[in-house]
Amino acid sequence: MSTRALAKEQPASFAFNADYTAQLNRIIAKYPAGRQASAVIPALDLAQRQEGWVTKPAVEEIAKILGMAPIRVLEVATFYTMFNLSPVGKTHVQVCTSLSCWLRGSNDVVKACKEKLGIGMGEVSADGKFSLAELECSGACVNAPVLQIGDDYIEDVDYASTSKLLDALKRGESVKAGSVTGRDGSAPAGDVITLGENPTPPQKQDFTAAKAAFEKAKAEAAAKAAAPKA
Amino acid sequence: MLADKDRIFTNLYGRHDWRLAGARARGDWDGTKEILDMGADWIIDEMKRSGLRGRGGAGFPTGLKWSFMPKTESDRPHYLVVNADEGEPGTCKDRDMLRFDPHKLVEGCLIASFAMKAHACYIYIRGEFYNEASNLQVAIDEAYAAGLIGNNACGSGWKFDLYLHRGAGAYICGEETALIESLEGKKGQPRLKPPFPAGVGLYGCPTTVNNVESIAVAPTILRRGASWFSSFGRPNNAGTKVFCISGNVNKPCNVEDAMSIPLKELIEKHCGGVRGGWDNLQAIIPGGASVPVLPKSICDTVLMDFDALRDVKSGLGTAAVMVMDKSVDIVAAIARLSAFYKHESCGQCTPCREGTGWLARVMKRMVKGEATLSEIDMLEQVTYQIEGHTICALGDAAAWPVQGLIRHFRPELERRIRDYRDAKTRDKAAA
Repeated sequence: MSTRALAKEQPASFAFNADYTAQLNRIIAKYPAGRQASAVIPALDLAQRQEGWVTKPAVEEIAKILGMAPIRVLEVATFYTMFNLSPVGKTHVQVCTSLSCWLRGSNDVVKACKEKLGIGMGEVSADGKFSLAELECSGACVNAPVLQIGDDYIEDVDYASTSKLLDALKRGESVKAGSVTGRDGSAPAGDVITLGENPTPPQKQDFTAAKAAFEKAKAEAAAKAAAPKA
Repeated sequence: MLADKDRIFTNLYGRHDWRLAGARARGDWDGTKEILDMGADWIIDEMKRSGLRGRGGAGFPTGLKWSFMPKTESDRPHYLVVNADEGEPGTCKDRDMLRFDPHKLVEGCLIASFAMKAHACYIYIRGEFYNEASNLQVAIDEAYAAGLIGNNACGSGWKFDLYLHRGAGAYICGEETALIESLEGKKGQPRLKPPFPAGVGLYGCPTTVNNVESIAVAPTILRRGASWFSSFGRPNNAGTKVFCISGNVNKPCNVEDAMSIPLKELIEKHCGGVRGGWDNLQAIIPGGASVPVLPKSICDTVLMDFDALRDVKSGLGTAAVMVMDKSVDIVAAIARLSAFYKHESCGQCTPCREGTGWLARVMKRMVKGEATLSEIDMLEQVTYQIEGHTICALGDAAAWPVQGLIRHFRPELERRIRDYRDAKTRDKAAA
């Protein structure tokens, strides 16, 4: 298991802004009355989007809003690894190093990140612009190696494309989500092998006949069950 | 090779419009009311006859699972929960369904919920899938606006609400009871079974948890008929399946094909073969990180289905095929998986919490050969002390890759230990 704790230095207070308050209220409405604790993960996510990380005052504020004991919210914040418990850079760069990415050269991608950003894993650059972290399986394994920048996946990267990408980010440009080699989603690179044609709706079965067969089988089973044993 | 007309996920690669108009043009939401009008009993019976086995890894028959829900509604509402917390290393099939074919899932949620008398369904999607969640939310909103779900879903008179819930990065939440805990706003620590979720699940109510793929294929199965679906694959392994092939192949990809396709054919037809040719193959993990690795000799002939892979002491799991050629350090690869399980153990059961850490530490030494020969047996023995001694299957999942390594690559482990020892002796002699 991974052990995580809140940062030592904490801000004095936290309050959701008007937009996030409205969003949180919409999220709470998804769950049955009295089950508002279900909204704790989305609430922490909103707090992180607002502040960049999850602070102690945010944990306490969320506990108050959702009617939970603060320790229950803290438990959740420390359990789920997407919550940053200390400040991260303005651009948070994460590299997937799980098996599929590792097999296709995630070590080179990590190297490129460290060189270009001048920081190690789990560190934030001195100017606060970048931070770097390792990611456990991003779930895009056939597009490995994968980088996650903010909410976006950048796929099929290598040393050269990662370096180029980070240079662009440093110049303040934005980068496009998806495969850097330009293939369609998770399709094999190169020639189209499957799903090249325009798909057409499939033929439906005869529902009337299917229903009749089902009723007949049911009646037969019932008759068999009711029949006296010979 | 499966014909395109027999593929369920016709927009797997996102080449077409994923929104409602595009989905309808591909046949989604066609005659949904007719299917609902057939009744819950028929739907469950048809799903049973299709032979569909759960696509989340365990392969439990989906129709049978649906039939475990109480037949009548009580004061405790029924829930369907869809497990979209995809994160088993190697697995990335649900992601494509969520972002490119979301309406198949939304329609499946309605039909499955109707069959199980659930008026509400939650889709639990992993937090990292932010853009995928955005697409799915758009699809849900479109379905509401078109009257396909909501107070009178598809004009059937059935009230159905569908909600999307984002997680926050915990592999363990893919375990169904951990997922329920997480959805209730707690740490994702699995519950003891029994009681099973069908009796006591979300908020203490009858609940069924299904994988994205299991639910998303249901509308097409019902539309085309159980016999169409069961015409693919061997008996007891029916249907089509989305395979994820990653690692050292020329063209890694996701592809839907018939179950029971030979592993070699899958790789040669769809992925341009193993890097450097089939003879350059070292080993394959055929079903996601938690199933044991197979050496080339088995990969030459094995079929990709539940029973064939079980017979060679591995598993189909999520059908995530991870290919390793001869350049790969196989011990380091398995050590990487051990590190993953150490990171993802929820910490609740001692054999798993302590065991995964121990495995990861010993595997790290095995990579260098910094061990004694007897430690190989000890390592294997410890995996058996973890396996089956925990609340959920994460302990088993951590144990199996190591067992597979020892079963098929023991000579390699022994060679490293000898080499390391010899090098040490040489160093001493030189000094």
